[in-house]
Amino acid sequence: MFDVKNIRKDFPIFAEQPDNFVYLDSSATTLKPQSVIDAVAGYYSKYSANVHRSIYTIGEQATAEYEGSRGKVAKFINADSHSIIFTKGTTEAINLVAYTWARKNLKAGDEILLTEMEHHSNLIPWQLCAQETGAILKHIPFNEDGTLDLSEPEKWFTHKTKLVAVIHQSNVFGTVNPIKDIIKMAYDVGAIVLVDAAQSVPHQTVDVQDMDCDFLAFSGHKMLGPTGVGVLYGKPELLEAMPPFLGGGEMIRTVSLNDSTWNGIPWKFEAGTPNIAQAIGLGAAIDYINKIGLEKIHEYEQELLNYALEKMQEIPGINIYGAAQKRGAVISFNVENIHPHDLAQFLDNDGIAIRAGHHCAQPIMKKLGVSATGRASFYVYNSKEDVVRLCESIEKTIKFMGGSK
Amino acid sequence: MDDLRDLYQQLILDHNQNPQNFREMIDATSKAEGHNPLCGDEITLFLQIENEKIIDASFKGTGCAISKASASIMTTLIKDLTVNKAEILFEQFHKMITTGETNGDMGKLMVLAGVYKFPARVKCAVLSWHTMNNALHGNTELTSTEIS
Ligand SMILES: Cc1ncc(COP(=O)(O)O)c(C=O)c1O
Repeated sequence: MFDVKNIRKDFPIFAEQPDNFVYLDSSATTLKPQSVIDAVAGYYSKYSANVHRSIYTIGEQATAEYEGSRGKVAKFINADSHSIIFTKGTTEAINLVAYTWARKNLKAGDEILLTEMEHHSNLIPWQLCAQETGAILKHIPFNEDGTLDLSEPEKWFTHKTKLVAVIHQSNVFGTVNPIKDIIKMAYDVGAIVLVDAAQSVPHQTVDVQDMDCDFLAFSGHKMLGPTGVGVLYGKPELLEAMPPFLGGGEMIRTVSLNDSTWNGIPWKFEAGTPNIAQAIGLGAAIDYINKIGLEKIHEYEQELLNYALEKMQEIPGINIYGAAQKRGAVISFNVENIHPHDLAQFLDNDGIAIRAGHHCAQPIMKKLGVSATGRASFYVYNSKEDVVRLCESIEKTIKFMGGSK
Repeated sequence: MDDLRDLYQQLILDHNQNPQNFREMIDATSKAEGHNPLCGDEITLFLQIENEKIIDASFKGTGCAISKASASIMTTLIKDLTVNKAEILFEQFHKMITTGETNGDMGKLMVLAGVYKFPARVKCAVLSWHTMNNALHGNTELTSTEIS
């Protein structure tokens, strides 16, 4: 059995917040267990030295912990440590590829293939890149049920397709895209593939070797870790051939006044003092997830998801966006005649935190014909009771607002 | 719930369900668009101004109850006001929403007095007003509550 009662005890925020606190916005960022907070504080209070530069004891300890975290991340997604670059988050990881690999390899007329369900962080970097290189953007559309329309692959995957950048799990619909099929179609036309795994890595097993993607990006703060740290995985041969991203300390091998040579991977891409405490915190978050077991977490979330879908569908006037077979525990919805911001305000009054807005996916909202939706997303600390409370509070709001008649 | 009932008074709910002057105006003499990028609220405001006087006001768009009610009430209040009086009302309203302070009789607008206790909702209440202010000054650039 999944012991959510005990798990909640690991998250100090539940003791700080009122008893009725229900957190349903883990897709935006997750709560943090004490062990992660302790790991971050531990670095600052016990061995807060810079990494890779110091001969003294605490400097070596900081380096060992920082690199140890890299090792934990690598193992978590079944990669080699050298292929793990610490960034500030998914956004920076994607931008790193857009500014280095893409600027070097793309030229006018080449095609960058995205989907219509990308997060802004996997749209804007490519818009900027296309403006500069003359590459062309194409977007695989999504169907009404929030799945990708891959019915005419030859329309999207052509000899001009040089890069495919695609979201693994949608932060709006919850849809888990058929990533291995997409990667195969991309490789068939000789394209490089970047996977935005911000919403998948925290919730399901992601094995980069099995998936065989070229690049994969995710954020620490969406998987119980601190803000300010994220990961770019890249195939070593690609990373080796890429020019550096930011210049500065750490990323160099030799420096003279007019030119320099670069450090090996991954350090070539980690200029300056990195987010040491945050990276160490991410290592602790991975330890925590491993202790429970990612498979178990995934199963439990699926159970919560099905329960929530069933209960929410009973609410009169509710409209749930997305009905993919394979999906994560993210539910976007609207209630007839009630704006999601009003709804979120009422839920907040009952201690329930949901997201209301466009979820950094304005093109999706436009296609759905709405300006915003509400969104409830779940993680290890949520319970069926949270679902019941959510539904009760929605029904109460409907009554008050005179929404659905 | 008390603060929340303060925020969502019956008059607000009424205006949300049956907004006044919720229509396009073909013969508008000024028109401005407002947008709240954070929540996606959008409003188009239409004014008919003659001899420095607002003869007619209407709006279209999507938004939460607070933004819709605020726009609805505003259009009923600014009709028949001189441009100058509407500007003064804008200043007074803005002050009330951001600080909770009122000077002078705010009349029907008092139903929005509770908004200042909800900083995240201030921009919902002021969107239509900023848009109106822009329309008065012939500023057709998109009003965005993120910058103002
Ligand atoms: C699918 C997806 N991609 C990218 C991001 C951006 O992540 P971050 O803000 O941590 O860089 C998010 C987070 O909102 C996301 O949900």
